[in-house]
Amino acid sequence: MLLQIILSGILVGFVYSLVAVGLTLIWGVMDIINFAHGDFLMVSMYTVFWLYTLLRLDPLASLPIAALVTFVLSFLTYKLIIKRVINAPGLTALLATFGLSLFIRNFAQYLWTPNYRFITTSLVTDKKLEMGSVIIGIPQLVAALGSIMMTFLVVWFIKNTKTGRAIQAAAQSRDTAKLMGINTEKIYAVTFGISGACVGVAGALLATFFPIYPESGALYSLLAFVIVALGGFGNIAGALYGGVLIGLSEALGGFFLGTQFKYAIVFLIYLLVLQFRPKGLFGW
Amino acid sequence: MNVKNFRIDTLYGILIVILLLPFMNSNINFRHVMVIFLIFAGLGEAWNIITGFAGQTSFGHAAFFGIGAYTSTILFYKFGISPWIGMLAGAVLATVISVIVSYPCFRLKGHYFAIATLAVAEIIKQLFISWDYVEGATGISIPIVEESVTSMQFHSSKIPYFLIAYVLFLITTMTARYIENNKMGFYLKAIRESHEAAEALGIDTTRYKLYAMMVSAALTATFGTLYAQYILYIDPFMVFTLEVSMKIVLLSVLGGLGNIYGPIIGAAILIPLSEYTRVYLGGTGKGIDLMIFGALIIFVACFEPNGILGLLKKKRSRRRGDVYARADA
Amino acid sequence: MFMQEPMLEVQNVTMKFGSLIANEDVSFSVHKGEIVSLIGPNGAGKTTLFNCITGFYRPYAGRIYFQGRDITGRPPHEITAMGLTRTFQIVKPLKEMTVKENVLTGAFLRASSRKEAEKIAEEVLEMTSLSGKKDMPAGSLTIADKKRLEIARALATGPKMVMLDEAMAGLNQTEIKEAMELCLNLKNRGITLLIVEHIMEAIMPISDRVVVLNAGKKIADASPEEVTSNEEVIKAYLGERYHAKSKKSEHGV
Ligand SMILES: Nc1ncnc2c1ncn2[C@@H]1O[C@H](COP(=O)(O)OP(=O)(O)OP(=O)(O)O)[C@@H](O)[C@H]1O
Ligand SMILES: [Mg+2]
Repeated sequence: MLLQIILSGILVGFVYSLVAVGLTLIWGVMDIINFAHGDFLMVSMYTVFWLYTLLRLDPLASLPIAALVTFVLSFLTYKLIIKRVINAPGLTALLATFGLSLFIRNFAQYLWTPNYRFITTSLVTDKKLEMGSVIIGIPQLVAALGSIMMTFLVVWFIKNTKTGRAIQAAAQSRDTAKLMGINTEKIYAVTFGISGACVGVAGALLATFFPIYPESGALYSLLAFVIVALGGFGNIAGALYGGVLIGLSEALGGFFLGTQFKYAIVFLIYLLVLQFRPKGLFGW
Repeated sequence: MNVKNFRIDTLYGILIVILLLPFMNSNINFRHVMVIFLIFAGLGEAWNIITGFAGQTSFGHAAFFGIGAYTSTILFYKFGISPWIGMLAGAVLATVISVIVSYPCFRLKGHYFAIATLAVAEIIKQLFISWDYVEGATGISIPIVEESVTSMQFHSSKIPYFLIAYVLFLITTMTARYIENNKMGFYLKAIRESHEAAEALGIDTTRYKLYAMMVSAALTATFGTLYAQYILYIDPFMVFTLEVSMKIVLLSVLGGLGNIYGPIIGAAILIPLSEYTRVYLGGTGKGIDLMIFGALIIFVACFEPNGILGLLKKKRSRRRGDVYARADA
Repeated sequence: MFMQEPMLEVQNVTMKFGSLIANEDVSFSVHKGEIVSLIGPNGAGKTTLFNCITGFYRPYAGRIYFQGRDITGRPPHEITAMGLTRTFQIVKPLKEMTVKENVLTGAFLRASSRKEAEKIAEEVLEMTSLSGKKDMPAGSLTIADKKRLEIARALATGPKMVMLDEAMAGLNQTEIKEAMELCLNLKNRGITLLIVEHIMEAIMPISDRVVVLNAGKKIADASPEEVTSNEEVIKAYLGERYHAKSKKSEHGV
């Protein structure tokens, strides 16, 4: 039983990691809290849902489309909004992303009502993997594996491509990056796009076993904030480990103290860890 | 030359206009909007003390608001104690809790602090959701009694609620103003600008941040009590959520951060907008009201990053040809 | 005069950052009314020592006494309250506040009312020739004025001793002259000074004593004349720099 809990905690943790990686990228490169991050996830879920409903496309098949949609959405967010507030004082950038979150969420509600939607048949629906007493849902397993793959793809991209290295340089220091002749404008837009693609992938993977409604991204945003801070702002490895840690503490906390406390445990873990590492697990 | 006097007069002028408005228009919706406006303007003023002055971004003020609402409600619901006493008790409790949570949070800087306040508020929400004594997620309907000042319930008119909200708002604004013009205000702003410089000037940064948090929490809680008495029902999702915290943040930033006019201006724009759009468009459940709300926020953030106040200042200084308009921000 | 207890006493202070030893077993003292200069090449550990003395860092080893009281590891604000304050090499103006508000913030430490604080602030602004700019936001000042503001703010706290970290860097010849006069003026008022500075021609004439740091270690502690002729100091530091600096300043830099 305990093994089962631990495993499912880790699996969901990897999805959290992917969402957090997207958030931490923006945070690290631009020092911006994107409150609309979770709403991009919701957009991805609806994308997958409509492709499934209207074109009978399997969620896994429409995953690249969903990722592209959120990439573009996120890219445009930078071009249309963030660009104007990136150098603004204090909490202005946050104000803008919060406004965007409100807008997207309610636009979704306007278009598609607040009702819960489900994808009831897909390649992975209701399939299970049984290993002795441990039962793992295939949708969860696929979501975790997909998230791991996307996370490593992002890491690979940042480490090994020219654009990726430019992103790294911009994260170090805006001015240095400019001096190195990097077009920061373009890099920021691409970073935003990649961040969107991360939640796009996560959203498509979650859509196979998670209800789809205008607020389905809210919880993920909230958890992603905590994970990003837990790992250290802008730290990708931190987001990866942080996600798994949060997935685990949520599962174990829920098991030992009751599910109603599982998120309270998550937030408590954050407060506790930060007492010893005030800049996050991997922060300096 | 008389910039200072001019500013004082402006504040008093604004306060008098606010007081007169609901007596000039007896429309019930209008009076309702005025009550909510005062509550949120006051919450913004209280929040501004810790975030605008001291620069410690709190995303968790819903916690203090909720504690104020629940304390008076529980005392009345379970023991029949007057909400006025409940309001005081709530303020005291919120202060105590602010001290307890501030110690671990103040070790953190910047965003780490902001997320920590959010975490604290979420923990408190979860506890209330699953705490049977306070009726958990079901919430509490405050028993209706005969209207009176002692019971803080008024059923025939919104004016008494308005007056109470006005007094709380006045106390909060005047407190913020007093702080701003005295040692504590200077100390808090110094902390906001540079922790290290503040320490070198002999400022006990932790202590002053704590004072700011305590005052802010106590004032926030009083509005919680009033809100509960006004709506006559509370549950954890109404008072403890991130939405409440963020609404306070939004209107203050929208108006202009770190200035006592900011929350008043921000609330004067956002609250009527959200309340009226809710009345006229919200009934459809389609969320058009919040869409407009969101779009407006984006618009202001993009085109007037210093808040509405920044816009007004720019206008004024352009007329005066004053290069240093931001000086009195 | 030197029989009495020193104002500031630094005893065997060592400070490390990881494996880097920024201060190694440094000891010296400053007496009441003195102007002592702390010099050394870039990276010698001067600022680090300032941070240790004023409580921004807790030294790895050693003790620091101010007026006979052990202040090692005490928080900076307590040390300032005791009468020992400092300026920052990398200036830290309270940007969104005006020049006067910056100074006023410091003045509140000893003032019992806003009125009294205003009075202190006016005096200090006058003394540091900032009166004309008092309503400007501190963030918009020139670097020279920001350096002045650092000093003004420190003075407003009513200190017994002030530590200046390169307060003259970036000033022109006239401004340096003014700064030197200000230092002597402060000395006359009974304020003890510990000055970190690279501009030799500015500090040598006003210093009673010079302490030299090199690679974290103290290599000399003597009168300006003795220090300028000390072989080790010349080798470590003065040789090229003193000449280079004075040449540069001849060209009016
Ligand atoms: N916070 C820190 N972390 C790590 N190393 C540091 C830190 N502060 C200073 N150092 C290192 O300690 C050494 C001494 O630096 P310090 O700033 O004290 O020198 P300094 O004498 O003030 O130099 P300068 O004349 O350039 O101001 C340098 O090698 C510096 O790189
Ligand atoms: Mg230095």
